[in-house]
Amino acid sequence: MDSLTTFFEMGGYAAFVWSGYGLTAVAMIGLLVGSLRTLRAREKEFAAVRRNRPTGDAQ
Amino acid sequence: MHRFANPTAFMRIANAIFPWAAGLATVLFVIGLPVALVTSPPDYQQGDSVRLFYVHVPSAWISMLVYGSLALSSAAFLIWRHPMASVSARAIAPVGAIFTALALVTGALWGRPMWGAYWVWDARLTSELLLLFIYLGYIAIADAFEDPERGDKAAAVLGVVGSVNLPIIHFSVEWWNTLHQPSIIKMDGFTVDGSILLPLFLMLGAFTCYAVAIWILRLRSELLAVKLRNARMSEVNLASAAAE
Repeated sequence: MDSLTTFFEMGGYAAFVWSGYGLTAVAMIGLLVGSLRTLRAREKEFAAVRRNRPTGDAQ
Repeated sequence: MHRFANPTAFMRIANAIFPWAAGLATVLFVIGLPVALVTSPPDYQQGDSVRLFYVHVPSAWISMLVYGSLALSSAAFLIWRHPMASVSARAIAPVGAIFTALALVTGALWGRPMWGAYWVWDARLTSELLLLFIYLGYIAIADAFEDPERGDKAAAVLGVVGSVNLPIIHFSVEWWNTLHQPSIIKMDGFTVDGSILLPLFLMLGAFTCYAVAIWILRLRSELLAVKLRNARMSEVNLASAAAE
């Protein structure tokens, strides 16, 4: 428990160290999630365009 | 090199690299984070604030590595009109911008306790801030035209011109008197203790593999965007042909 407290205190630099690591984590996870979401959305859109293609051509 | 201008050949290689990059990034973070945050010793002068080093240096490294690839892609686009070159540059630009911002923010958070200031108009900090503006300019210009190919061309010119900033960032700590510390990796070895190098290299590896994996995901997105645009255009052409 004591060592855990020491760990979180970061020798008095807790505010700087944890906000630095926190912001880095948020940015990297956010970039990953955002990139995956865009990819999924475009894959769906592209699949829809492909499905509509035959009927579109027939008209 | 021209072989990679073909999107199919390019993506075959990229897709083969993807699981390795993603897997290696995960493994390196799982090992690297505990080493960086727990097992590596605090610095004798800087105490535990030195742990910011292990996210600050990799972020700065990625910001420059990405810019290097963006500048090369831009040059390849302008010289050979390789379609993959602009797709690649568009995919990577936001990644570079985010890591440049992270390098600046983690640097500020480290500078406050060590230098007594979040920000100083030091050559290294100022040239890195300029890099952020170049990235943002690149992204803005690439999307500023109705015809995406005109955007590609204009952005590629900025991408190439902006590369003069890379050596300025790198050598800023030698050319000017800066508050920022000089490079710790020299041609003839390192200027820091081994206990700092292990977490540093683990995190450098993790960030690099992460950036490669994200780049490949975004490449797929950008290629789909091109395909969607082409599909819509051929639909419009078909419709107008049917109307005649």
